[in-house]
Amino acid sequence: MDERIRAILNASRMNGWVMEPQAKELLRTYGLPTTRFFWAKSLEASFQGAKEVGYPLVVKVVSPDILHKSDVGGVVMGVEDGRELEVVYQRMSRLNGFQGVLLDQMVQGIEMIVGSKEDPQFGTVVVVGIGGTSVEVYKDISIRMAPLSFPDAMDAIGSIKGRRLLEGYRGREPVNIEKLSELIVSFSQLAFDLRDEVESIDLNPVLCDREKAVIADARFVLKNMDKTV
Amino acid sequence: MELRKIFEPKTVAVVGVSLSNPFHPANVIYNKNHLRYEAEAFCVNPKGGTMYGQKVYRNIGEIPSQVDLAVLAIRADLVPQTIRECTEAGVSGAIVISGGFAETGRIDLENELRTLSVENDFPIIGPNCLGIYSPPYLDAFFLPHERMVVPEPGSVALISQSGGILVDLIIKLTQEDAGVSKAVSIGNKAVIDEVDLLGYFQEDPHTRVIGIYIEGFKKGRGRNFVEMMRNFTKPVIILKSGKTLGGNRAVSSHTASVAGDYTVFSELVKQSGAIEASSETAFVSYCEALSCCEKYGKRKNVCIITGSGGHGAMASDICYERGLNLVEVPESDKKELRLRLSNSIQSIASLNNPVDLTGSAVDEDFYVAVEFFLNRDYVDSVILLLLPYLPGISSDVGARLAVAFRELEKHVITYIPHVEKYGIIIEGFESNRMPVAHSVEGAVYMTAALMKG
Repeated sequence: MDERIRAILNASRMNGWVMEPQAKELLRTYGLPTTRFFWAKSLEASFQGAKEVGYPLVVKVVSPDILHKSDVGGVVMGVEDGRELEVVYQRMSRLNGFQGVLLDQMVQGIEMIVGSKEDPQFGTVVVVGIGGTSVEVYKDISIRMAPLSFPDAMDAIGSIKGRRLLEGYRGREPVNIEKLSELIVSFSQLAFDLRDEVESIDLNPVLCDREKAVIADARFVLKNMDKTV
Repeated sequence: MELRKIFEPKTVAVVGVSLSNPFHPANVIYNKNHLRYEAEAFCVNPKGGTMYGQKVYRNIGEIPSQVDLAVLAIRADLVPQTIRECTEAGVSGAIVISGGFAETGRIDLENELRTLSVENDFPIIGPNCLGIYSPPYLDAFFLPHERMVVPEPGSVALISQSGGILVDLIIKLTQEDAGVSKAVSIGNKAVIDEVDLLGYFQEDPHTRVIGIYIEGFKKGRGRNFVEMMRNFTKPVIILKSGKTLGGNRAVSSHTASVAGDYTVFSELVKQSGAIEASSETAFVSYCEALSCCEKYGKRKNVCIITGSGGHGAMASDICYERGLNLVEVPESDKKELRLRLSNSIQSIASLNNPVDLTGSAVDEDFYVAVEFFLNRDYVDSVILLLLPYLPGISSDVGARLAVAFRELEKHVITYIPHVEKYGIIIEGFESNRMPVAHSVEGAVYMTAALMKG
């Protein structure tokens, strides 16, 4: 295993899960496309980071105690300038376990979820579906055993009920299925390689449009975490 | 591991017979096999002596013939030692009926059993199981012969994690006149499980269809199942219970939350090519249909021919639920068919799909309609809702229809209520390998089973 990946997993073991900035770092090490981001641990650093990432920003709280950021108001979209950033930063700094904010590039696209879990009967399985925060409401997913080949990935995407949304539904532009499939294939290999350490991974959302498929948020749940949370 | 001698033993030793309790499982097994099945049966009890005039051997080693299979119905803690004796005596495998292993917390005993099995390449069915039914060689179910519904010889092999469900499935298949090739209760499946048995049944010439009742695969064996199915040529039907277990576990990722254990099971089983039955009724229908007919690739175009509008409407709804397509009959075909129907129904029959020939139809009308649609490219399968109480229906309608059916690689699934009165009509179909369902729902399930690619 790559030294950097090993280091991230070791550093996250105490928490039981890998926080978003580290998760994205890990994915990038593996060659997976993520949004441009900056982890700012102070207000000053966040002004600096905002310049690197570029406005408008998505600002997200970084905290080992907050697994579901949007549930606690830990995600703010469309932050336009330093004044807004400061307000958001100050508010988030009062959240539990605050370790700074993640400044994330605003990217448009259809929200997909690509995830994995260790299944007791079938080993590492990969889930592909319509993503976003309502994923648990629609549950529109398809499931395959990892690792997936390119045709497996295409087939998994094609098995989603909402696939018409990806094909350019009602004038929206279609999603680049090849790019999304490539992402799924390398992700499935990553999940399979990390199966002894990682219980479950969410890439949610993966933002997709005509040009690209890019990971906007990620979370790795390490083995044995479900017992401690 | 080689399982042939477990299913086709020439000699079987029943270990644990009681000299005082005639209802002891070992006694039941010995009695039903002795002189009734082809395997020569011997009984074993350390006390020796005789039972019903037969010699009781003190141990496996004392039996004068080479023993192929040992059936153990003894205390759990005595099982490992007896397995050792079996391997020393060159026995080829064992069925362990005894309970008292992992299911009661004795994981150590079960592990010991597994180790013994693997080290000696010695296959074990069980423990904590009902045994196997493998005519004409043996019947190791510990159910008294006179209590058992003995299935017709046939081509459905059953594998079950539960002995009780296995017996129920045999009864239900028998009610549908679907025969059984072999039945295995795998209990705790310490060694031999569904995947191993699939490997055996793939090669078994008497088995055309494998039906599995499962609560869950052992760790990682689901993956092996999917891999096994890649090159599997016979249809596999799965009935799953325990769908809700673990559903309420707290999970910390979206993925784990949306892909619960049952969702994963169901999705991956479906992709593997096996067919998951949603209920026991569906399971039995699938097994019956696939034991009579070759399944064909992915198709879905169905034509319903009925003698009653209500039956047609019910069948349509269930077809829709199952994803089957009720084809539209072209106007020109309606015209042509109408001219061929008997005078009495020409003006009243409704030739949309469902094709309702009405209660005034006679044998000939059903024959004409079935033959007509089987010869249309846009129809893959016909569901025939035949109401045997209609005055125009005679007892040889099945045999006549079989003529139309035999020449085409398409299926006709017929619904006829199963009561004794209609037995002769049903036999006309079944003796010509045309499956007959008990219920309208069953007829649609059977059709669906044949059309799932």
